[in-house]
Amino acid sequence: MSLQAALEHEMSSPFPGGAPDQFVTKALPAERASADYQNATFMGWRRENGRVGVRNHVVLLPLDDLSNAACEAVANNVKGTLALPHAYGRLQFGEDLEVHFRTLIGIGSNPNVAAVVVIGIEDSWTGRVVDGIAKTGKPVVGFGIEGHGDIAIIAKASYAAKRMLQWATELPKTECKLSELWVSTKCGESDTTTGLASCPTVGNMYDKLIPQGIYGVFGETSEITGAEHLCKERAASPEVAEKWFKIWKAYQDDVIEAHKTDDLSDSQPTKGNIAGGLSTIEEKALGNLEKIGRECTYIDALQPAEAPAKGPGLYFMDTSSAAAECVTLMAAAGYAIHTFPTGQGNVIGNPIVPVIKITGNPKTIRTMGEHIDVDVSGILRRDMTLDQAGDSLIDMVVRTANGRLTAAESLGHREFVMTKLYRSA
Amino acid sequence: MGVPQLLVHDGKDTVGVVVVEGLKAGADMLCVVTHDNSDFRLKSKHDIPIGHKVALKDIKSGDTIWKYGQDIGKAVADIATGEHVHTHNMKTKRW
Repeated sequence: MSLQAALEHEMSSPFPGGAPDQFVTKALPAERASADYQNATFMGWRRENGRVGVRNHVVLLPLDDLSNAACEAVANNVKGTLALPHAYGRLQFGEDLEVHFRTLIGIGSNPNVAAVVVIGIEDSWTGRVVDGIAKTGKPVVGFGIEGHGDIAIIAKASYAAKRMLQWATELPKTECKLSELWVSTKCGESDTTTGLASCPTVGNMYDKLIPQGIYGVFGETSEITGAEHLCKERAASPEVAEKWFKIWKAYQDDVIEAHKTDDLSDSQPTKGNIAGGLSTIEEKALGNLEKIGRECTYIDALQPAEAPAKGPGLYFMDTSSAAAECVTLMAAAGYAIHTFPTGQGNVIGNPIVPVIKITGNPKTIRTMGEHIDVDVSGILRRDMTLDQAGDSLIDMVVRTANGRLTAAESLGHREFVMTKLYRSA
Repeated sequence: MGVPQLLVHDGKDTVGVVVVEGLKAGADMLCVVTHDNSDFRLKSKHDIPIGHKVALKDIKSGDTIWKYGQDIGKAVADIATGEHVHTHNMKTKRW
């Protein structure tokens, strides 16, 4: 159906209440990258360090909560730049502070970002983030507010941001190989349909694309509980299995055992999970693990926001299972596109990484279809095979890489959430 | 084969998942095992929402419940074939 015909059809129908948008959820035959994913290409931005981005943001990055106002003021002055306000950055210490720096430097270094202005309350930590991002070779400058005040810094930073934006908007797109993509995954508002349809769809994509040389990552340490024996078996070597198991066990001992007040029945599964039919953490974990496919093994277990360093392949990252925290950490590790299976309908997005939503739940398609990019409910009706579903996701990944805005991008979802390991000093 | 009302992951499983909206008590369900595409029929004893589980056999309190061919928890009440299985009659073994 043409866009004009689809619009006229919608206008003549009763209010659809988030009806399935078949116009955007079905891949067009001419764009079927999955027909030959070994040779598939897309048009992206090749950055100074060789990494390939699928978006071209000029980011205004606050070092700390105090600098959010200045960053937002610069974004208001210079249209088309992106401020990333967040809640933390003062009096953190130890590993918690390291995660904070890794996340900010990683977000600035992500290939979806063309250039960065960092603003902090003081120069020293601001400079550390600027120096970290500068290693990519991309343009980055930093400003400390102390001794100058917001107004002078906003003015200076606005001049810099305007120059960056005009420079970035002239950067050409170049033809890039599908194998150069870094694609992360994490699911949310899971139900039993995610284990039957949307998670195995992501697994099928990884089974096809990891051998082609893409980077993948999954995480959600707490949600592997119940399937940890299976997850451990999927490590590429006994050393990686042991490294993974230590991370998982530390979470059980240091977080769950240290902080639980009764049990986790009210949080894991979540109320949304239970409404969707999931009864236990074991059941949820087994569905969750379907995202890593049948063939893939993970070649390293990463710390939160740590960039993968063992070459192409699938990685595990120690993350929270809260959607925005997890996607933010994966974006900070350098992943450029996120694939997000959902059952009951999680609406999350990320400011710098397009988040592709996949669901197999026909009720979610019917009631909140505007949030969904790939409809795999045919798997439940047995009129779509897993292989076809995986191909339709690969097609959507390539269309997204070529510039199609995801549902979350279109609807303005920009959840940017820093992971906090423990309270500040 | 028609459109199934219930999907089962693995032949070893003792529960399956309702995959249609508005399933009523007494419904004669077409059930498909996704692992090998085999099928069978089962009567639902309750109205069961989409995504929720149905017992494929009689399950005794304390029995392990199997899905994906894996242990997903234990029954905390006796459950008859065709009955709704959820947090009211099963529980995690983890916490």
